[in-house]
Amino acid sequence: LETLAFIESSGAKISPASLSSVTAAKAIGKPITALIAGPHGAVIASDVAKVDGISKIILAKGDQYDHYLAEELSPLIKELLDTNTYTHFVIPASAVGKSVLPRVGALVDAQPISDIVKVESEDTFVRPIYAGNALSTVKSNDKLILTSVRASAFAPAPLSRDAPAPLEEYTASNASGNRTEFVSEDLVTSERPELGSAGKVVAGGRGLKNKETFEALIEPLATKLNAAVGASRAAVDSGFCDNSLQVGQTGKIVAPDLYIAIGISGAIQHLAGMKDSKTIVAINKDPEAPIFNVADIGLVADLTEVVPELTQKL
Amino acid sequence: MSTKLRILVPVKRVIDFAIKPRINKTQTGVETKGVKFSINPFCDIALEESIRIREADKDKVENIHAVSIGPTKAQDVLRTALAKGADNSTLVDVGDEEVEPLSVAKLLQKVVEKDNSNLVILGKQAIDDDANQTGQMLAGLLNWPQATNASKVEIDGDNVTVTREIDGGADTLRAKLPLIITTDLRLNEPRYASLPNIMKAKKKPLEKLKASDLGIELVKRIETLKVVEPPVRNAGIKVETVDELVSKLKELKAI
Repeated sequence: LETLAFIESSGAKISPASLSSVTAAKAIGKPITALIAGPHGAVIASDVAKVDGISKIILAKGDQYDHYLAEELSPLIKELLDTNTYTHFVIPASAVGKSVLPRVGALVDAQPISDIVKVESEDTFVRPIYAGNALSTVKSNDKLILTSVRASAFAPAPLSRDAPAPLEEYTASNASGNRTEFVSEDLVTSERPELGSAGKVVAGGRGLKNKETFEALIEPLATKLNAAVGASRAAVDSGFCDNSLQVGQTGKIVAPDLYIAIGISGAIQHLAGMKDSKTIVAINKDPEAPIFNVADIGLVADLTEVVPELTQKL
Repeated sequence: MSTKLRILVPVKRVIDFAIKPRINKTQTGVETKGVKFSINPFCDIALEESIRIREADKDKVENIHAVSIGPTKAQDVLRTALAKGADNSTLVDVGDEEVEPLSVAKLLQKVVEKDNSNLVILGKQAIDDDANQTGQMLAGLLNWPQATNASKVEIDGDNVTVTREIDGGADTLRAKLPLIITTDLRLNEPRYASLPNIMKAKKKPLEKLKASDLGIELVKRIETLKVVEPPVRNAGIKVETVDELVSKLKELKAI
């Protein structure tokens, strides 16, 4: 009776969200078998073998698993769940996890629990609902429990195993019947830490006024702090920066040690994405901005003056 | 000749996005009495996309069918959908009980089969339970291709190309019909229903069914033990200068 945990790669590395989901899997308390897939799976195999808590690795090598299409992965996962004694399946609540988990649920006739933030026991979990305005404790009565894990709620599992976990290659017996074709991807490349797992985040909002100011003020501060750059929905929609930087209910959910919100008013949907940060700093010229209700340190000031000063004095 | 589109758009009635939900006294859910309900914003985007597909090529779309699985009052969101441009609608009246995504997907599968739909456009998630499951489950049950979190949809004959929002950027998938698409925020900006169209919508068909009419038994797999408020974050202090801010950050060991 084990947990099957899907481990996703991010470039040539294990995605930080996958390491967080291993921590959640450890809290469930069963031995963990890691599933890695595709050419990227093979690349991260030696690292996965070092992850604390993983006792065995299954590698499904096929090229069809590149890009992690749900249509390819779901039948593979179903086959593994059907032919083994797994009681749990865990996947990060990443774009891949969100796409794959429910499809697996449909194939194995189980009702998944998405986006868990706490493991109460092997069948009981806490998950946010209503954009994080409520926390729901739910118990699954399914024989096979499927969950996706919110990365910001669990620390990443360390790569601390001395003896590497054994690896077994696996080839699916049945064809997936997939009819979806991957065409292209357009990923924003950055030298900075990844937004979802960064220890520090500098985020800009509508108060930055335009793309030029956003870049001129946010970027140097983020560089100085070795922080990821984030943004409010208003900033993204106004074209100040790329979509993928959006923090909030419909964007990334982050919980860094330090979150600096600059020119962000603090709409509910933005707060849903960052209010679990350890220390929140807000810089805004409007003293009534709701962001100040959640900020540990607030500075009411003209951001064009104080942000460069802050960058310089850090 | 390419296939004509028979589009199914599931729509959910949820507490209006602008209202902050309050936990009920028994901690079993959120207070729904005297609260404004609306169409789930992502479902609204799905509906808008189906209408735009028709507006782009009138002959391409044979039918747009809006379906809601919910309480009797979900008729309101169906009337809105009809006013915006759906041709007909169906309410699967399941009473006030929350229905789990797997059951919703099973009900929708029956509707798809009955309707002979070849394109289902759904919101990526409902803003009440935030599950983000129904579309992918329906795709799994039907064994159809799925394109989640769509930010752009292009239809060329039977080929559909979808740009999706993913972690760290975007990707593009292509599939032939039939297909499931779930919508992300930036796909479009939904229109408002005009008054004349609201009046006209009253004459459009609204079919009422029970889950049993579709041969589905509603089973609960998940028990909600309690619903609580998240820990409240208290406002901290205000500082006057950057120097104070820096020293406070040092004090908190944040830098």
